[in-house]
Amino acid sequence: MSNEIEAIKDPGLPAHVHRRADTDPKAAQKAERQVAILFMLSALGTVTLIGSYIFIPQDVFIFFPVLGSTNAHQLFLGLGMAASLFFIGMGAIHWAKTLMPDEEVVIQRHEFRSPDEDRAEFVKAAKEGAAAAGLGRRSLIKRTLGLSLGLVGLSPLILLRDLGPLPGDDLSTTSWKAGTRLVTDPGDRPIRPEDLEVGAVAQTLPEVAPGAHRKLSDIAKDAVLLIRLRPEEFNLDAERLSWTHEGIIAFSKICSHMGCAVALYEQQTKHLLCPCHQSTFDVTRAAKVIFGPSARPLPQLAIKVDSEGYLVAQSPFNEPVGPSFWERS
Amino acid sequence: MLALFAIGTTFSVAGAATGSQMTAAERTALIEEGKQIFLKGCSSCHGLNAEGAAIAPSLIGVGAASVDFQVATGRMPMADMSAQAMRKAPLYDEKEVEALAAYVASLAPGPEIPGDELLNYERDGSVAEGGELFRTNCAMCHNFAGQGGALTQGKYAPTVMGVTPRHIYEAMITGPQSMPVFSDKTVTPEEKLSIIKWIKFAESEPQLGGASLGRVGPVTEGLLVWTLGLGMLIGVAVWLAMKAR
Repeated sequence: MSNEIEAIKDPGLPAHVHRRADTDPKAAQKAERQVAILFMLSALGTVTLIGSYIFIPQDVFIFFPVLGSTNAHQLFLGLGMAASLFFIGMGAIHWAKTLMPDEEVVIQRHEFRSPDEDRAEFVKAAKEGAAAAGLGRRSLIKRTLGLSLGLVGLSPLILLRDLGPLPGDDLSTTSWKAGTRLVTDPGDRPIRPEDLEVGAVAQTLPEVAPGAHRKLSDIAKDAVLLIRLRPEEFNLDAERLSWTHEGIIAFSKICSHMGCAVALYEQQTKHLLCPCHQSTFDVTRAAKVIFGPSARPLPQLAIKVDSEGYLVAQSPFNEPVGPSFWERS
Repeated sequence: MLALFAIGTTFSVAGAATGSQMTAAERTALIEEGKQIFLKGCSSCHGLNAEGAAIAPSLIGVGAASVDFQVATGRMPMADMSAQAMRKAPLYDEKEVEALAAYVASLAPGPEIPGDELLNYERDGSVAEGGELFRTNCAMCHNFAGQGGALTQGKYAPTVMGVTPRHIYEAMITGPQSMPVFSDKTVTPEEKLSIIKWIKFAESEPQLGGASLGRVGPVTEGLLVWTLGLGMLIGVAVWLAMKAR
């Protein structure tokens, strides 16, 4: 063997200490018993699992310390399975650590590079194999194989199409249009201004034709929260004030930070909170962000009443609802 | 004449049997009793005529339902001037709460205490609809399982577990403290009963999955996994690497 590295004379390893079980038969017997006990515990766990599956009714609740009132069926199934798996592993490891061979063997290191004669042998065998397969002669096979392999390589690229289609203007539009009625969610009842007392809120969605079904992806953009304050509590500019109706103000419920439903309304402070990251919006100042990670106020929906006295949208949202996205400045 | 007499006695007997109708004189006496309780127990903060002051709001127009909710759940009178009046053992008994409510309701009209016939949630409510309503209207503050949650600056939405149907209903129509009002037109009385039925269902729901850990979601669950779960794994890893003697 030409490529062996010369052994180090004294690597400075400590002397091998034998375990007690290697030298003392009594200790070995004790270790054997311990391993057997662990395996028995595992067997007991499996018996518990099977027994509780068969014999404990599913509606029995027992008091178990720390957990409180607990379903006995589930509890003993779980405990049994945990014991059966855990103790098999523990027994096997204890066995390996105390009783299985504990010899230290020295193997000399050698160079990573193969000897020159082995390398020459490999190249020769590869060339002979290629010649025998006749790739050089049978060019039709070579070309069709190239074609089929190339096409197989293309197919994952085609599947990349499933990442699309691009959202288009879906991110910046909602179902709200001029004149869309605000209806209760759930219930789909149109709302009159007099239905809301001062301090009241209502969760609303845009009205859909009777029988039509809302898509979840639409609800996730369209949800609007109505809040009624005393009109004199508003601190809005003239345009935003004209978007309210007799103290009723409407905001998109989709947080401008990460898109959670912002609907924790503190009636006394007039603050709207997002439950996910505690962004806080001041309702009296057009949902200005006063705390938290959100970068923008919640979009305000301009509302008015229609000829029948129901609340409707004056116009669609004037900005995209929800969190920032790539194309949004 | 005899017929008139018969009709008259039937009416009066029927009236006495229901027992809910109160004569004007009884009502006046009840309001007067309520006023005396108010002057002793409430007026130092809410003002001698319930007109409110810097530290407490006016009670004119809050209605009997507000009084019943705040006093019968022990929130009022407050124990201290902390951020929020919390639920505790009520200071006044039922009779006194009724008198107080009658007095405050006499100041100006407001939401009334819902009678038992309005609160038959077992009959009029639907658990599935209640769950949907709860998730849309209540869950963001009171937690998806009704366990309550934090608001700002020490305020919080309390748990709705163990609250009587009447008090849940009153909370929805009066909007106590930080809570907004849920009008009867946007959440109808039947829908309110559905919400109550769902809450009562959630309250008695058995813990099939073992310890609920407070049903507050990832906070307690994460804590348990990071301490007990990881602790056990570290313990096993240390034992695995230990050399046998």
